[in-house]
Amino acid sequence: MTLTLNARSAVLSIALFIVGLFAWHAMTYQPVTGPVATVLSSDELGELTSLGMSDDDITHYASFGIAFEQLKQIAGLGLSRDLIEAAGGIQALGISAVNEATEPAPGSLFPTPMQIGTALWDAVSDPFYVAGTNDKGLGIQMGYSLARVTIGYLLAALVAIPLGFAIGMSPLVYKALDPYIQVLKPISPLAWMPIALFTIGDSEISSIFVIFICSLWPMLINTAFGVANVRKEWLNVAKTLEVGSLRTALRVILPAAAPTILTGMRISIGIAWLVIVAAEMLVGGTGIGYVVWNEWNGLRLDRMIVAILFIGVVGMLLDLALARAAKLVAYTE
Amino acid sequence: MDETAPKKMIQVEGLERRFPTPDGKGQTQVFGEVNFTVAEGEFVCLIGHSGCGKTTLLNILAGLDVPTSGHVIVDGKEIDGTSLDRAVVFQGHALMPWMSAMTNIAFAVESRWPGWNAAQVREQCQKYIDMVHLTGSEDKKPAQLSGGMKQRVGIARAFSIEPKILLMDEPFSALDALTRGSLQDELVTICQATNQTSFMITHDIDEAILLADRIVLMTNGPEARVCEIVENTLPKGRTRSDMHTHANYYPMRNHLIEFLVNRSKTFAEEIAADTFDPLNPPVVRPSAAVSEVGAPSVSTSELSATKEKRAS
Ligand SMILES: Nc1ncnc2c1ncn2[C@@H]1O[C@H](COP(=O)(O)OP(=O)(O)OP(=O)(O)O)[C@@H](O)[C@H]1O
Ligand SMILES: [Mg+2]
Repeated sequence: MTLTLNARSAVLSIALFIVGLFAWHAMTYQPVTGPVATVLSSDELGELTSLGMSDDDITHYASFGIAFEQLKQIAGLGLSRDLIEAAGGIQALGISAVNEATEPAPGSLFPTPMQIGTALWDAVSDPFYVAGTNDKGLGIQMGYSLARVTIGYLLAALVAIPLGFAIGMSPLVYKALDPYIQVLKPISPLAWMPIALFTIGDSEISSIFVIFICSLWPMLINTAFGVANVRKEWLNVAKTLEVGSLRTALRVILPAAAPTILTGMRISIGIAWLVIVAAEMLVGGTGIGYVVWNEWNGLRLDRMIVAILFIGVVGMLLDLALARAAKLVAYTE
Repeated sequence: MDETAPKKMIQVEGLERRFPTPDGKGQTQVFGEVNFTVAEGEFVCLIGHSGCGKTTLLNILAGLDVPTSGHVIVDGKEIDGTSLDRAVVFQGHALMPWMSAMTNIAFAVESRWPGWNAAQVREQCQKYIDMVHLTGSEDKKPAQLSGGMKQRVGIARAFSIEPKILLMDEPFSALDALTRGSLQDELVTICQATNQTSFMITHDIDEAILLADRIVLMTNGPEARVCEIVENTLPKGRTRSDMHTHANYYPMRNHLIEFLVNRSKTFAEEIAADTFDPLNPPVVRPSAAVSEVGAPSVSTSELSATKEKRAS
């Protein structure tokens, strides 16, 4: 193989995508069935035969799924099949199938790739439309979710990083706060929801609070860990140079702990994005999580899947952004 | 050291350091009854085995650690914490990996002269970067520098703040012999040019003979003692390439080896048998003149010779 690893992996990715698409298509494809042949009783058959219709013609016309009365009408015309065909078929006689099988409505079956593609195109081509309180473009709904995540996350960073510094630098503060952190950390963010809704009331602020709470712990713990584990040597260098504590914090401890802090921030943004979807499903109103819930209730699985796809893509972009930031502060010893 | 000697820059008096034992019940003494001085412009080396408390002692001199008892007097005042007058070259290079070579030095210069503008800081940094022959590597991060280059940045950082005293903790121990040699030469040149008062810890006997005016010998820990102070009998201006041709080189070297190999372990017996006075540890001047014959095993006779001199 002369291709680079990147090229080979891209080929494999595309191959997997195509195979997946075909499998999906094969599993969800429902051929649009033609009319269901009319079932005739022996009496009816006899009657048609007596009107001069051949057995072959009976089978042919019955396959259009037209009613017995209409079959009788055709038989009564006494015209040959070729003649009717030449005149434009039975439709030309004003006869049409009664028990036509209809195409399944979207949502009643798992959507096909084509349907998703259409829904995706609809979403992408007009992401910011507003057609009612519950019917807004995916871009707008995503905006709501991102705004909540950003506010909750930044508030958490504002609290977690200074507090983490204090915990990391002072064994006293560490020991004093450790029991609270240990108990509060494992609580599912959604378990805070009822408390938040009860105490805060406003559902908007409640979901921001839930984002705040779930983003807090990884940042707090990583900051404290990073700060506490700054190499003693570097602190000694600062000490022998009689560097003040603020300057030591900014020029030595912060850059030394930055990669660890960024790791915490990256974990936090991932959790926050997981939690916002769940929170919005619970609280409702706006946001991408609400869209998923709403489309599910409306049985628009195609649009629901597009929303889910968007959640994945945006989550990936958020993670990528923090990975970039982490690269900026990384250092090799 | 008599009264006509130059001003004493560092006086170490009755220094002792204990650490709690791992079980937290008792305490172990790392070293005790340590007394020695360093004169202005003098270069003193401390030799001792690993774990005898050399780094601990240097940290106390730097102000990073406090002694359990005893004092360190620098320039007439008892020390209280760290000071910009005492620069440290650490055992590991201790450079900040997120800063370039230049920024590492600038961090020190800015701390020493907070009022300086960027151009002044840069000029001072450049001067010391050039001095350790790192011109052209200013913007490299420590990870992009070789071990010897990193150590040079550490030395430049210590010199750049123009300290009264330079404290060095095995600055070259992690380097290969060739690099070590060239850095030693540079250090000799710089110290002589600036008349720098220096205190250096080392494992390397040749390094001590090359650099030191006097060598403090420390016995094995725990409860290490300064057992002897050796005055360098080789003339000033010695170089790495010519010092081994001097008649006093082997007496010096053998004396130090004898100490490291045998006496550092059995010194407790010497204390018991002799009238060892920790306040005035014996001063020895190994030279060919005292013991022309049988150079390899001179140390004991030398020691007694010197001690007799002292006693009289
Ligand atoms: N913070 C500490 N707590 C307890 N014991 C310590 C501490 N620091 C050093 N020691 C002990 O003191 C002794 C001397 O340590 P030190 O680092 O000063 O040795 P050293 O002579 O510098 O050794 P090396 O040549 O290997 O650098 C060791 O036995 C060490 O275990
Ligand atoms: Mg050491």
